[in-house]
This record gives sequence, structure tokens and C-alpha cells, in this order.
Amino acid sequence: MESTVIKSRNFNASFGSNHVVKNVNIDIPRNHVIAVMGPSGCGKTTYLRCINRMHELIPGASSSGEMKLNDEDVYQMHPIFVRLKIGMVFQRPNPFPNLSIYDNVIAGYKLNGIKLPKAERDRIVEHSLTRVALWNEVKDSLNKKGSFLSGGQQQRLCIARAVAMEPEVLLFDEPTSALDPISTSTVEELFHELKVNYTLIIVTHNMQQAARVSDKTAFFFMGELVEYDDTKIMFTNPKDNRTQNYITGRFS
Amino acid sequence: MQPSHVKYRLGKSYGFQILTYILAFACVVPLIAILFFIIKAGVTKINWHFLVNIPKPVGETGGGIANALVGSILIILVASVIAIPIGIMAGVYLSENRKSRLAYWCRLSTDILQGVPSIVIGIVAYFWLVKPFGKFSALSGSAALAIMMLPIVIRSTEETLKLLPDSLKEAALALGMPFHRVIFKVIIPVGVSGILSGVMLSIARITGETAPLLFTAFGNPYLSTKLTQPMQSLPLLIFNYATSPYNEWHDLAWGASLILLVWVLFLNIFTKIVTRKWKVQL
Amino acid sequence: MVTRSDLPLRVINSTPEAILKAKKRARRSFRQIRTENVFKRTLSIMGLVIIILVLGILLTLVVQSLPSIKALGLKYLWSKVWDPVQDIYGAWPFLLGTLLSSFLALIISIPFSIAVAIFLGEYHPKGWLPNFLKNTVELIAAVPSVIYGFWGLAVLVPIVRSFESSIGVEPVGVGIFSSSLILAVMIIPYAASLGRSMIHLVPSHLKEAAYGLGATRWEVIRSVVLPYTKSGLFAGILLSLGRALGETMAVTMVIGNTSLIPKSIFAPGNTMASVIANEFTEADKPVYLSALIELGLVLFLVTVVINLIGKKIIDRFTNE
Ligand SMILES: Nc1ncnc2c1ncn2[C@@H]1O[C@H](COP(=O)(O)OP(=O)(O)O)[C@@H](O)[C@H]1O
Ligand SMILES: [Mg+2]
Repeated sequence: MESTVIKSRNFNASFGSNHVVKNVNIDIPRNHVIAVMGPSGCGKTTYLRCINRMHELIPGASSSGEMKLNDEDVYQMHPIFVRLKIGMVFQRPNPFPNLSIYDNVIAGYKLNGIKLPKAERDRIVEHSLTRVALWNEVKDSLNKKGSFLSGGQQQRLCIARAVAMEPEVLLFDEPTSALDPISTSTVEELFHELKVNYTLIIVTHNMQQAARVSDKTAFFFMGELVEYDDTKIMFTNPKDNRTQNYITGRFS
Repeated sequence: MQPSHVKYRLGKSYGFQILTYILAFACVVPLIAILFFIIKAGVTKINWHFLVNIPKPVGETGGGIANALVGSILIILVASVIAIPIGIMAGVYLSENRKSRLAYWCRLSTDILQGVPSIVIGIVAYFWLVKPFGKFSALSGSAALAIMMLPIVIRSTEETLKLLPDSLKEAALALGMPFHRVIFKVIIPVGVSGILSGVMLSIARITGETAPLLFTAFGNPYLSTKLTQPMQSLPLLIFNYATSPYNEWHDLAWGASLILLVWVLFLNIFTKIVTRKWKVQL
Repeated sequence: MVTRSDLPLRVINSTPEAILKAKKRARRSFRQIRTENVFKRTLSIMGLVIIILVLGILLTLVVQSLPSIKALGLKYLWSKVWDPVQDIYGAWPFLLGTLLSSFLALIISIPFSIAVAIFLGEYHPKGWLPNFLKNTVELIAAVPSVIYGFWGLAVLVPIVRSFESSIGVEPVGVGIFSSSLILAVMIIPYAASLGRSMIHLVPSHLKEAAYGLGATRWEVIRSVVLPYTKSGLFAGILLSLGRALGETMAVTMVIGNTSLIPKSIFAPGNTMASVIANEFTEADKPVYLSALIELGLVLFLVTVVINLIGKKIIDRFTNE
């Protein structure tokens, strides 16, 4: 039985007077991979950042409408709670440069001042790094700085950092656009593994990627959610002709 | 165009180039002359006795500057304790609130503070901390110096933190970190080298300041470690003894000058090396 | 549209329902949130403290100057006699001393600081020798002014004295001229380093255009570099002037400290800063003390205006 994790109703977001996300209604089912695609500048990132309330950190940014996590309005919760439950991975890998690989993984605990016994910390680090298929590569250099890793490894480290907090939802903003093809495929494989425990929302402007990794796809166009359906249907039989045009490459 | 005219223009160009070189390198002369003279006059005065004794009364030879050394260190320590936390926090505030009106006025105030003549700071500290208590005190001197440190610490903190990428802060916030932890555990540790350089530079600046201490710490011929009492400091001692008519006191002042100069130049050069090594922008 | 624009400082309240649901992590997290809000408020308070500090300085100076302003009025500033024993106060000797010594210092130092700026900005931006020059010039600003004063007293004043007797003026040694020389050295770094960075900002295509027309190096400097950077160089000179006006110790030690109007640039005198340094702790009458503080107030206002104008010019220049 599918249950809904994230539910938006009439959701809007703006930068000052620039209205960039318009009236979005969407239901995101648990333990699925959702791809969000659309041309550049159509508001994908903005919408994603509204889900865990990162959007409001930009001066002048505002939003309205309903955004629910498990029937609880995200905007009635304190942002700290929201972000503990909804993790995020950014476009560019951003490990903490002052922390070791080990400390980067448990950064969410360490920097939040949550004290854990050593054994528990070790378990979390190993578990999280294993989840992102990085454990074998770094288990002998856990005390090195995270910035020594390659771009693809850094991005997986950032995913491990988010996974370590055991969130319900993981947000990815074009997680592979700064990576080489091999690292990209490693990260894409992770998505299948991770959806067993988490719900993944992945912004991408790469249609093939959306088709490869997602169960459902949302298509944004000029701030509107044009179409949202099973990925298979979206790519074979889209209902809206804007989606049709995008998929067949008639924009961009 | 005639070749002779071109020749004339080229000659003029070289002439100005050489003049520039001469004038530019002439600037080095006074500094070298001062260094040379202070070393020559001061180095024979400095020995262990000089460092651990206090000045002798007029007419007796010998004596040292222990009271001024101890006083300088104490006054600077207390000034740092006051100025560094306030300065860093105000710097963090400015880098976090680039557009707010309060930040605008705070930035303007910092600019103003940077240019206030040190003697004016001395006057103000006198009315804030000397007159109400009825006596000169080391503490009032520290407060005056702290005011002089503030703009340097604030500015270097702000400039350092502004250069850090936003992604760093977002990574921390996305993990559900509260703002104060983001600042203390992520932002400040990553920017620590720049902030430290600013702190060291501000200490270097106040170490040689005399004017703000004239009506606050005031000076003291004896060794005192009480913050509520007048206290000697190196620059005060140099000023008072250098302008006295006694040769023994001049000798003391030369020795003290050398120590002060070495201290200040060391701090400056050290900061320069560290900033270059850490590639800090100040 | 409901706006949830959360400026960084806005305090976000949780509803009671949310609090109940989050009970597991609640206790420690709420402490965190409270600390977070306290911290944000502390930061803005620190920002406020700086503003209050500056206002406090201004207010203190104004309030303490009031007795003198009331008793002596505006004409205090151009009255020519300063004789506290007779209760006669006129600031003109100090204003004149300050202006004379600062502007003389400025005139002496400008060729040198501009030369350093051109050398480092245009002729030799890189290399060990320019680096040495740059660092040395910066260290000039690091030497404590009391050491300049002491050195001036011991080395420079005798030289000036023999110079004075060779040109046939009264050989005092100490005086406006000596303090201008010291000041000139002290203020070189300010105009030099600002000028250097301004010259670095000159777009190379402008210079290349001039070279392309067959201009010599000097002609490029005179007709492209200096005109392009003139506002920046002016700002640097303003900052130098601000330093010179407020400089206290070095001047106090070599200017001779008399309250008579200086008859020539070789005469002893006093600046506003040096008379404060000398007489502040001796001023036993309220009006006397207040008259000194009024000098401090004038000094404060003048340096603030000069520095802010300088900063404005720099900001405009670097943002272009
Ligand atoms: N930080 C910002 N400040 C102001 N406007 C922004 C900012 N970020 C994005 N925008 C605007 O919002 C619109 C949507 O941007 P974004 O959500 O980043 O698009 P996408 O991720 O789909 O490429 C863009 O047109 C852009 O102009
Ligand atoms: Mg985007």
C-alpha cells in the first residue's frame, strides 16, 4: 500500500517579486524515486529547496501554500526539525573542508552536539559509507580530510552524511551534474538501493537520467508543474504537449 | 615623426622611470635608518638585569623595564579579552546580514572607528572609566586599546567569512544544525586563519599605542599587576623617559624601544608570513 | 499571498501540535533552538554595540565640550592667544600648527608614495625586489609612533638644527618642520598601498591602446594610468591626511610644544593632538579642560569626514 510522504497544495515560491514556483500540487509516495525535470530556470531547485525550508535562507525569498510531511505542515515545524527529517544533497559536492572523512559522515551528530558512544559512531559511519558504496574505498583513510577524495567520492560522502541522519526523505539537486560519467553511474545505482529505506526526490535536467532512475517523474515548465505521472507513461505517452515537446527535444 | 623627437620622448620616459625608482626606494631609507639606530642604541642596554628590574631613580645607573613589560602584556591581554569576542561576533553579524539597515550603520561605525585619532579614544576612555572612579587604571587603558582593536578584528572577520562559499553553510543547515552551531563549528573553524591574522594584526597595532594610555593607564614607576591601579607600559615608558632630560633614562628608553620595535615588527612579519601561507585575504 | 519571508533574524515559533509530535528529540532540540535565537540576538546586539560605541564617543566629546562652547563660543577657534593661566583660550595656534604640519607632511610625502605606487603597480608588480619594497613600506606603518618621536628627537632634530643654522634661521631643531618630516615618513604607506591597488585595477586594454599608438611608458602612465586612477590616488592622499591630522606622539615629541602662533615653518608650535597630550592631565579648570576636549571634538569630526569621503571614493572606484 502506498502512503504519501510529501504533499504540496497550491504551493508558491518567489524571490522578491519574481514568482518562480506557481501553484504546485503534488503527492509523493513513500519509498519511491521521483525525478523532477524541466528546462533550466523553471524553478526545480527552488521547489526542492522549499521542501526542507532552505529556500527561506535567501534574503527576500518567500513562499505560500501547503507543504506537508506525513500530514504535518512543514511550515509549522521548526526548520531544524524539518531538515533533520528531510536531508539534502547539493549540486556541487560540499564536504566540510575542516573535517576528516569520518567526521564528515557523522557531521550531523557531531556538529549538532549529539553525543554518541564510540561504537555507535563507528557503526553509523560504516553503515552509511556502505550504503553509498564508499566504505571499501575509504575505510583505510577515514582520518584524511574529505577534500582529498575525487568529485564522485565526495558526492557519495555527502550522500552518506545525509543518510547518517536517518531522514525520511532525501532531496538531490542535480547530484551528478558536476561528476564524470563513471561517477554518475555509481551514484545512479545508489538510488535504487536507497529507495528501500528512503524517499528520493531528484532534480535533474537530464532526461535519460530521469528515465533511468525514477519511478515517477514531475515535469516543471516556467514555474508550473505541467505533468506528474509514472515515468514510463511520461516518456511514452505524455498528456500535455509541452511535456511532449520537451521530451522530443523541441525546446532547449 | 623625426627620430630625434622619438629619442627625446624615450629619454624622457627613461628619465621618469629612473626618478620613480629613486623616489620609491628612498622610502626604505628612513625605516632602515630607524632600525639601525634603535638597534645600535638599544642593544647594549638589554640584558637579563634590564628585563627583570624596575627603573632606578634619577642619578642611579642600571635599572630595567620589568614594570613596563609586565604592564604592556597585562594591558594587551585584557584589551584582547574585551575586543576579540565582541569583534568576531560583530564581524559574523556583518557577514551574515549584508543588507540590513543595522548592518549598514554598524559597517559605517566600524569605518569611523578605524579612523578616530588615538588621542580622542584616550579622552573618551578617561571620561568613561577614569573620572567616574576617581583614579587612573590599567583597566581603562585596556578598554581604550580594545576600542582601537575592534575595527581591525571586525573587518578581518567579515572579509574572511564573506569569502567562504555559501554551500558550506547550506551543507550544515541542511543537516538540521542550529545557526549558532553552524557558526561555531563550521564557519569559524574554516575561516579561523583569516580571523586569527586580523587578531594578530590588531594586537600589533595596539602594542605601540601611547596616546590612548596617557590619561588612562597613566604609567607607574613601580611594578604593579593590579588592573584597578595605574600601570606602566612600554610605549608610555619610552615617551616619559625619552622626553626627560636624564641620560640614564634615555638609555632605558632606547632599550625599551628596541624591545617594543622587535615585538611589533615580529608580530607584523609573522602575520604576513602566516597570511601568505594560508592564502588569507585581508 | 502569505509571505513567509524569513529574514535570518526572524524568530520562528512552533505550534503546540508540532511540539507534541516532535517530542522525542524535543528536549535537546528545543534547547538548541532557544540558544539559536539567543545567539542571533546576541550577534545583532554586538552590531548595535559598535554603533552605540561611536555615538557614545561623539556624545561624550560634545557634552564635555559644552562648557567651553558656552563660555568661549565659536570665535574660540580663531582666537589667537592661548594662556590658561590668564583664562584666555584661543585655538588658532593649534589649528594653524595642525594644518601647517599636516599639509607640509603631505606635500613632502606625495612624490614618494606615488612613486612607490607607480613602481609596484606599473613598473614591477612581481618579483623579490618589489616584494621587499612593498613589505618595507608596509612596515613603516607598523613602527610605533613613540619610536618615530624618540628617533626624531635624537637623530632628526640635530640634523634639522644644523640645517637651520646653515640657512640662517634660529636653530631650534624642534618645530613644525621636524614634525612634518617625521609625519611625511609615517604617512607614506597609506597613500602608497592604496595607490598601488588602484593602479592594478587599470584595465590593460586601455594601456595597450595607448602603446598601440606608439606612446612611451611614461606617456602611458601620464595619459592613461594616472588619469584613470586619479580619484583613487586622491582617496589615498585623503587617508594619509587623516592619519597626519590625528597623529599624536611623534608630533608631540618633536614639535616644541609652545602655544604661540608659529611665525614660520621652522618655528616650534603645537598641534591639536599634541596640546591635548601635553596639557590634558594638567588642566585644572573646567573651561580649560573643556577647551582641550573641544579640540578633540574638532579633530574627531574632521578625521571622520575625511575618512568617510576617502572610503566613499574607494568604494565607488572599486565597484566600477
Ligand atoms: N538566489 C536567487 N535570487 C533571486 N532569484 C533567483 C535565485 N535563484 C534562482 N532565482 C530565479 O528563480 C528562477 C528559478 O530558478 P531555479 O529554481 O534555480 O531553476 P532551475 O533549478 O529549474 O534551473 C530563475 O529564473 C532565477 O532567475
Ligand atoms: Mg537548479
